[in-house]
Amino acid sequence: MKRLEPLLPVVGVIGLIVVWYIAVWARVVDPLLLPSPGKTFQALWSGMDGGALGFDFLKTVERTIASTLIAAVIAIPLGIVLGSSEKLYRSLEFVIDFFRSTPASAMFPLFLVLFGVGDETKISVAAFGAVLVIVFNVAYGVMNARKTRLLAAKVMGASRLRVLTDVMLLESLPQTFVGLRNGVSLALVIIVVAEMFIGSQDGLGHRVFEAQQLFNMADMYAAIFAAGALGYGLNLLFLLVERRFVHWSGK
Amino acid sequence: MSAVQPALTSMTAAPLVPAAAAHSLPHVTIRGLSKRFGQAVIYDKFDLDIPRGKLVSVFGPNGCGKSTLINMIAGLIAVDAGEILFDGKTLSEIKFGYVFQNYREALFPWLRAIDNIEYPLKLMQLPKAERRARTEKLVASFGVKLDLNRYPYEMSGGQQQLVSIMRALVVEPEILFLDEPFSALDYEMTLFMREQLQRIFLETGTTTVLVSHDLEEAVYLADRILLLSRHPARIADFAAYDSPRPRSAANLSDAEFVRVKAHCLDIFQREVRRQ
Repeated sequence: MKRLEPLLPVVGVIGLIVVWYIAVWARVVDPLLLPSPGKTFQALWSGMDGGALGFDFLKTVERTIASTLIAAVIAIPLGIVLGSSEKLYRSLEFVIDFFRSTPASAMFPLFLVLFGVGDETKISVAAFGAVLVIVFNVAYGVMNARKTRLLAAKVMGASRLRVLTDVMLLESLPQTFVGLRNGVSLALVIIVVAEMFIGSQDGLGHRVFEAQQLFNMADMYAAIFAAGALGYGLNLLFLLVERRFVHWSGK
Repeated sequence: MSAVQPALTSMTAAPLVPAAAAHSLPHVTIRGLSKRFGQAVIYDKFDLDIPRGKLVSVFGPNGCGKSTLINMIAGLIAVDAGEILFDGKTLSEIKFGYVFQNYREALFPWLRAIDNIEYPLKLMQLPKAERRARTEKLVASFGVKLDLNRYPYEMSGGQQQLVSIMRALVVEPEILFLDEPFSALDYEMTLFMREQLQRIFLETGTTTVLVSHDLEEAVYLADRILLLSRHPARIADFAAYDSPRPRSAANLSDAEFVRVKAHCLDIFQREVRRQ
């Protein structure tokens, strides 16, 4: 019995598919709106295997990674600077919190005016949302660096710069990864929404929207699952990187 | 204040008989030390001489400023006024070691134990080979089995505190500060660590200042027990315990130990009752 425990997560997946099959078989929902799991996974497979879905999937990956990278490059140094000066952070805290609480989707029209209808707009709105999440977390990571650890470095004769590079940066890494994980999830949400509207030609958001317009429900579900797998995969990727490089996190 | 008098006399005599007097010169001289936290005056024109090559325990009522004292001497807390000199030199001119109570937060979890110990040598910009050699020599002198390639969080509490003591000693400090170093350890580990500290002290003769909240430990390990009053802190007594080292558990029941401990307890209770 103990040996079967790692298989527990599969139970939920099988359960979901069984319920789905029963719903289709019993015609709980109009068959036009709910294709069978078989049909849906067939659409997913053929779409990802050289079909349009695969192309759109890669487009979304590209945009999400680009916006997260841009956000990280801006937000990590900024967060370190803000976090190492409590006064500076306190004076900007409200502005950061305010825009962090503002739905980034509300910024689309503004960014459309600024960057036009191309990729720049999608990527920059997503980056904007991710920057605020990452900045906030990095700054908190730096500010909450264990005081004893900073004192220990100081007492051993470390200069202020050494304390920053040898202790504060490393101390903030676990919280930075929390920010990166939240940031990439938010970027994906914004990118997918952006791909549904504002004159998009490709991307998972576009695929979901187009399949729905054409009433091709199997394709639509396939695209939704692809988006779900992408979100899950990105989160897992960051978790694995964190476990590899921030091995002391939570210990 | 009685501790100050003989020290001052020997200081004036020092130029005449330098070699002989050097031993009796105090290692650390504290003059006119003042510190307040908000309204509370913790130290007011406090004077103290810390003798060279002795192990001094600091003991006193809760909140009297035991830790504050060694933190000010070690430069972790700024003084409001006063002067602290080490053989006439300032803190920045000497090498010292400091061991924190909270080893979990004092060690760097991203470094292996061996790299934690080497870190202060890295700050001194010593070449890698010399760092490694000095660290290995120090670890060998401890004679304990310890896998130093592990990360601190993979070690027991006692092992971690041992690593932080090694980190403090690797620079060959002139003076070693320990702030309640064993109070987060279980009793068995505490006994083991006391022996380790005693052995290190016997081998190196480094002037050591130990803050303790355990009177038995304070007396057992010390040559001198500095008893502080409630704040503003005064020297309630600077008792001596001269029993030869190495001391063992048998010391805890010998007459002199019991007498010194009872004496310290008397003074402590008098100070606690005084408002």
